[in-house]
Amino acid sequence: MWHNIWKIASKPDNIPIVGMLFLVMFFGVLSFYLALKNDRIRAAAASRRKEGQPKAKGDVVDVIDIMYPESEQGLPKKISCWPHLVKLEFICAIAVMALLMFWSVPIDAPLEEPSSPALTPNPSKAPWYFLGLQDMLVYFDPWIAGVVLPTFIILGLMVIPYMDVNPKGSGYYTFRERKFAILTYWFGFFVLWVIEIVIGTFCRGPGWMFFWPGQEWDPHRVVAEVNINFNEFLANATGMAGLKSATAGLVIGIGTILGYYVLGMALPYLWLMRRNPVILEQLGFIRFNIVGFLFWTMMALPIKIVLRLIFHVKYILVTPWFNI
Amino acid sequence: MVTEQLEKVKEYVKESRVYKSMFRRGFEDTPRNRVLAIMGNVFLHLHPSHVKRHSVKLTHTWCMGGITFLLFLVLCFTGVFLCFYYHPDKINAYRDMKYFEYDVPFGVVLRNMHRWAAHLMVITVWLHMTRVFMTGAYKPPREFNWVVGVVLLVLTLLLSFTGYLLPDDQLGFWAVTVGTNMARATPLLGHEGPFGEQIGATAYNDIRFALLGGSVVGGNALLRAYIWHCVAMPVTAIIFLAVHFWRTRKDGGTSGPL
Repeated sequence: MWHNIWKIASKPDNIPIVGMLFLVMFFGVLSFYLALKNDRIRAAAASRRKEGQPKAKGDVVDVIDIMYPESEQGLPKKISCWPHLVKLEFICAIAVMALLMFWSVPIDAPLEEPSSPALTPNPSKAPWYFLGLQDMLVYFDPWIAGVVLPTFIILGLMVIPYMDVNPKGSGYYTFRERKFAILTYWFGFFVLWVIEIVIGTFCRGPGWMFFWPGQEWDPHRVVAEVNINFNEFLANATGMAGLKSATAGLVIGIGTILGYYVLGMALPYLWLMRRNPVILEQLGFIRFNIVGFLFWTMMALPIKIVLRLIFHVKYILVTPWFNI
Repeated sequence: MVTEQLEKVKEYVKESRVYKSMFRRGFEDTPRNRVLAIMGNVFLHLHPSHVKRHSVKLTHTWCMGGITFLLFLVLCFTGVFLCFYYHPDKINAYRDMKYFEYDVPFGVVLRNMHRWAAHLMVITVWLHMTRVFMTGAYKPPREFNWVVGVVLLVLTLLLSFTGYLLPDDQLGFWAVTVGTNMARATPLLGHEGPFGEQIGATAYNDIRFALLGGSVVGGNALLRAYIWHCVAMPVTAIIFLAVHFWRTRKDGGTSGPL
């Protein structure tokens, strides 16, 4: 078992993926540790203030102050760039160069046989950083997985600062003040992007079939393709054979997708109206809809994964021109 | 005796017109000299003379943006040397890889370093983005700089992707084939995408053809990848990097309200 994992992980081009996994987890834990620590210090300070107790560590006028130990409180907010910052950059640069040197001398960049259009490797894989997109092809057609969703990823990232109207958490680590933003980011970045890359690297074998880590890649394994479209799934579930027709499929498909987005935006709207109308006011109608649309477009991937893997649903909507 | 003589020589050099024309500050650790060290140096001048106390904390910035830029410089440097030996055509490209392996002095290390630095840069860009997100450093007044950063992220991925084809081996060839096959499915612009066929897209005029300079990953694709990789995208990246750094300064440092 370990033999197969090692064979994949020790491929020179896959070393960065293993490194990336550990680096992302390390810095993820670090950022949450710093965020929760800051939250704790500030909560303690707030409760002390409430009780009218004298000022202590963490009682901050400027929230940035929480980043400094007691000995540095009250010192000037700015320090000279030379030598403080330049020194740090210099040390970092030396460390990275040393790492690169130690990486580049013993481990050779991969070079396979000369390219040949007649000799297709199985599986053929994209570069590792695009394997998440390639793995999405299992669940969506290429025009969605390869074009539309990447475009939305880029656009979605770009609009983050304009959608996030929360003025808190600017310039310091915090979790309590930005729960939705931070959870959404880590869900998209780690659960979807990074885990999909790991699956694409370690679990996708010949024919892009799924193999558990360590399972021997058997190109002759037979997988029964029993996937059905969503309307057929509904027909089987309810026993109404009429739902299997193409027209019924079109109506159900369009209805499901529209309903998904409409309910996806309406339900949080109603919930926020009752719980926290201030946020709705800050966001405004247009922002709320953009956030809702992008959020539910992102969530469509895990939902489609569940539908495919557990209920064997292939397409939600089938038209003569495209399928979703 | 010798020390005295050396002192005199040093004094003479430091007072000379040539030396003074190059270096305008002394070495005493004074606030003035600290400022001049930054302001009087075109490279260090990327920095402001004073920075916020928290932005020199390693736990705050992880130095990730700086490391990413360092890797970009490493890639430019090793890339120039690789360019001296590489021919972007189907006959020579793969042979040049073998040439690096067996003939070029330090050719193996040169190619290895270019490859690993590229992979590492993809990772550090993601981590830099994560740090900026977690410290809320995209919040006003830095909204637009985040957008510039996303452009740089995309450029990093595309630079890495175009470079993948250049060795012209099976690995690069099929990775780029898989990657560019996606373009076939672009709505309207690809011949297998929704409504592509209806508006007349074929394998010989769609967006994939434009990317590859042909309907297969051949010699033209190699040349296009080479030009994108070595000229067009690095230049674009440098322009966006300049904007990125400049705005970081103008918006009041790495993070925190202005």
